[in-house]
Amino acid sequence: MSQSENNENKDIILEESPEAEDAIERNTEYSIGDDRRVKSLTPGALVRRRFFRNKVAVIGLWILIFMFVFSFIGGLISPYKQDQMFYRQEKVSKDFAYAKKSDDYQFMSRDSKVFTSAQQADMIVAIFDSTPTFDSMGSTYSLKQEGTDFYGAYSGNDLVCIAFKSGLTDLEGKATFDFDTTVAALRAYTNGETSFDVGGTHYTIADDMVAVSGQDVGTISSFILRPAENGVTITADLRNQILQAIEDNAETVTVDAATAAAQDAADEAAETETATDGAVDAEAPEQAADSKTVYTISYEPSKQTWTIQQEKETTRYDTYSSPSLKHPLGTDVNGMDMMTRLMYGGRVSLLIGFIVEFIAGAIGITLGGISGYFGGWVDNLIMRIVDIFYCIPSMPLIIILGAVMDALRVSPTMRMVYLMMILGFLGWPGMARLVRGQVLLFREQEFMIATEATGLSARRRIFKHLVPNVIPQLIVSMTMGLGDTIITEATLSFLGLGVKFPFASWGNIISDVNNTYVLTNYWFIWIPAGVLLLLTVLAFNLVGDGLRDAFDPRMKR
Amino acid sequence: MRKYVLKRILISIVILFFVAFIIYLLMRCLPTSYVENLARQKSQQPGSKSYEEWMAQLSASYGMDKGIVAGFFSWVGNALRGKFGDSWYYTVPVTQKFHETIWVSVYMGAVAMFFELIIAIPLGVIAATHQYHAPDYVISIVAIAGISLPTFFFASLLKLVFCVKLGWFDLYGLTGRTYNQMTSFQQVMDKGYHLFLPILVLIVLSIGSLMRYTRTNLLEVLGQDYIRTARAKGLPEKKVIYHHAFRNTLIPLVTIIGGSLPGLFSGALITETLFGINGIGFTSYNAMVNGDIPFSMFYLVFMAVLTLAGNLISDILYAVVDPRIRVS
Repeated sequence: MSQSENNENKDIILEESPEAEDAIERNTEYSIGDDRRVKSLTPGALVRRRFFRNKVAVIGLWILIFMFVFSFIGGLISPYKQDQMFYRQEKVSKDFAYAKKSDDYQFMSRDSKVFTSAQQADMIVAIFDSTPTFDSMGSTYSLKQEGTDFYGAYSGNDLVCIAFKSGLTDLEGKATFDFDTTVAALRAYTNGETSFDVGGTHYTIADDMVAVSGQDVGTISSFILRPAENGVTITADLRNQILQAIEDNAETVTVDAATAAAQDAADEAAETETATDGAVDAEAPEQAADSKTVYTISYEPSKQTWTIQQEKETTRYDTYSSPSLKHPLGTDVNGMDMMTRLMYGGRVSLLIGFIVEFIAGAIGITLGGISGYFGGWVDNLIMRIVDIFYCIPSMPLIIILGAVMDALRVSPTMRMVYLMMILGFLGWPGMARLVRGQVLLFREQEFMIATEATGLSARRRIFKHLVPNVIPQLIVSMTMGLGDTIITEATLSFLGLGVKFPFASWGNIISDVNNTYVLTNYWFIWIPAGVLLLLTVLAFNLVGDGLRDAFDPRMKR
Repeated sequence: MRKYVLKRILISIVILFFVAFIIYLLMRCLPTSYVENLARQKSQQPGSKSYEEWMAQLSASYGMDKGIVAGFFSWVGNALRGKFGDSWYYTVPVTQKFHETIWVSVYMGAVAMFFELIIAIPLGVIAATHQYHAPDYVISIVAIAGISLPTFFFASLLKLVFCVKLGWFDLYGLTGRTYNQMTSFQQVMDKGYHLFLPILVLIVLSIGSLMRYTRTNLLEVLGQDYIRTARAKGLPEKKVIYHHAFRNTLIPLVTIIGGSLPGLFSGALITETLFGINGIGFTSYNAMVNGDIPFSMFYLVFMAVLTLAGNLISDILYAVVDPRIRVS
C-alpha cells in the first residue's frame, strides 16, 4: 500500500531473523528462492507481534485490562451501590436528665414587681429568726408557717409570697403552675393531705405526684428532675426510681423492661432525630423489650447536681469503619463502601479520560488535517489559533471555571459534562500540531504523489491513504494523553473543583486526605485510590511507549 | 539573527494580545450573578458599604460598565502602565501581593531545578549508554513512574511518612511556631527546613521527563555517523560519549532548559497549595477560588507571558547554540 510500510517489512525481516530460520526449517519442501517460503504478515499483525514481545508494555496492558474489569464489571457485580450508606448501632451515653436537690428556700411571688428579690432576702432572714413580722422596703409583712419548710408572707390578709423547699414542677421539671395552684398544692402536700381543689379542678396527690383525674400533671419534691432534652417527659415510675437511687447514693439504676418500655413510649413522641431507615425503627422496640436500660448517676459537687446518663443504642452512619469482610476497604466519611466507590470512581475517571481525548482528538484531527493538507493561508490561520490556545494557561482557567460552577450551584451531573467539554476544548491544540506535522510529512512523499497521479479524488486520497499513515502517531499520543487527562481530572476533583459528590472519582476520594485526621488514621480511605490512579496512568504511559515502539521500530530508543 | 529575534518577539506580542483578549472575554462571560453575589457578600460584612456601592465599584474596577472591547482596551492601557487594580480577595494592589509572594516560588523552583538537572541528566546518560541492560530498564521505569505520579498523592504520602509517622517536618506552612523569636540566620534555616518536602515533590515529579529526554537525545546522537567514526578511530568509549556524543546532546538540552526558565516564575500551584506555602501558586489559587477577578486576570496573563517567553527563549537558544542552524 505504501512505501513506508514496505520499509517496515524489510526492517522486520531483518530483525526477526531467528524466526525466519524457523520458517526455513518448517518449510524445507520449498526451494530457497521460493516466495512461499516467506511467511507474510499483515502490517497489523506485525505491530501486534512487536507489541506483545515488549514485556513492559504487556504488563501495562494487563494493568489496564484489570482496571477496566474492576471499574466497569466490578461496579455491576458489587453488592452495593455507589451512594449506598451504611449504618451502625452504637452505644452512646447521653445525658438523660439532671437532678438538683433544693436545700435552700425557693420563692414564688404573686407579683414579682411588688414583692421583689430584695424583699425575699428580708423574708428569709425572718424565717431563720422565726419572727412573725418583718419590714422590708417600707412595708410590713406578716410571716406564717404554712407547713413543713413552707412559709407564706402576708401583706394585710393577702398572701404575696411563699417560700418553700419542695417545689411543685410539671413533669418536665419546670415551674409552670400558677401561684394559687402552687400554694394549694404545697399546703396540701406539707400537711399530708391527698387532694386539693383550685379553680374548680380537683387534684390528687400520691407519692409526690400531682394528678388531675388520674393523669399525672406535676410533682412535688425537693428534687428538681429536669430532662436534658426539651419535650421529653419522665414517667412517674422512672422518676421515683431515679430519685430513690439518688437518696440511696446508688451509682446506677437498672430499670426493668416495663418501665423502660413506658419511657420509650413517652420518648417516641418527642424523638426529633428519628432514623429514616424503616428497618432500624422496627428493631428498636424489640431491643427495649428484652434489654434493661441502665441509667448512670453521677454527682457534681461544684454544681450540686446529679447527672443521669442513659446508655442508649443509636443508629448512625458507619463512618470510617476499618476494612472487614463486609467492606473490604472499609467505609468513607459518609458510611459508603470504599471498594464500591473505588469501582465507580474508576469508571468516572476512565470515562472522562476517554471522552476528553475523543473531543480533543476530533477537533485536533479535523483542524490539524485541514491545516496540513491545504496549507497556505488556511494553515497560517489555524496555526496562529493553535499558538494562541497553546498560551492559555489551562489549569488556572479550569480552576476559575470550577469555582464559578460552585458559585452557581451547577448540579454534579452537569458539572461532569462541562468538565469534559472544557478539558477537551483546551486539549486540542497539541493534537492539531501533531496531525499537521504528520500530514505535512506524508503529503510530500512519493506514495501521495502517486495517488495524485492516478487521479484519485481528494477525499479518497485523504481517508484511504493519508489518514491510515497518521493514525499510529495519533494512537500513541492519545494513549499517553489519556494518562495526563486522568491526572488532570483527578487533581481537579482533589481540589474539589472537578467531579463532585455523590459521584465518586479517584481524585475526590483522595481529597478526604485534606482532613489531617484521615491522613493520619485511615490509610484505607486514600491509599488504594492513589495506587489505582498511579497504576492506571503508569499503564497508559507504558502501553503508549510500547505502541510507539511497535508502530515504528526505527524510532525505538 | 537580530532580525529573527525581533520578528519572533513581535509575533509573541501579537499572540499575547489575543490571549489576553480571550482571557478577558472569558472573565467577562462569567455570569453577572457571580459578581452580584460577591457584592452582596461584601456588603454584608460589618461596617461595609451598601450593596449598590459595592456593585458599582466592582463593575468600575473591572471595566464592566464599558463594552467588552472598550473595557479590554482600558484594561490593556492600565496594564501597560503597571496598574492591575486592587485584589478583591487580598484587598491590596495586585502587584504588591505579587511581589510579596513570587520570590518563595522562584526560590523553590530554582532549587528544585538545580537538583533536577544534576540528577536527571547523569541518569539519562547512564540509561542511554546501557541501553537494553538493567540500569536502562530500572531508570526508564522509575522515570515513567515519576511522570505518572499524581502530585497530590505523592505529597500526601510524603506527609504521612515524614510528618505523621516520623514527625520530622511540619504538615503545613513556611515558618515554624517560634519563627518570630529566631535570629535572621535561623529564620532562613527554618524556611529552608519547611521547604524541604515541597522541593522534594517538585524534584521527583520533574526528573522523569528530563531523564527520558536526555536518554532519547543521547541515543539519537549515538546513532550518528560521526560517533561511529569516532569509535572506528579507536577513541576510548569515555571520550566518545562525553566528548563527542554528550556535547551534541547538550543542544536540545540547553534549548529545553532555557525554555523552562520562565516557568520558575509560574509557581507550583498544587504543591504550594498542599503544603500551605504562600508562593504565587497558592496565592493565586486562593484568589481564583474566591472569585478575585483582578488577581486571576493578572495571573492568567502572567502565565501566558511566561509560556511565550519560554518558547521564545528556546527558539532563540536553539539558533544560538547550534552552529549548523546559525549558518543556514
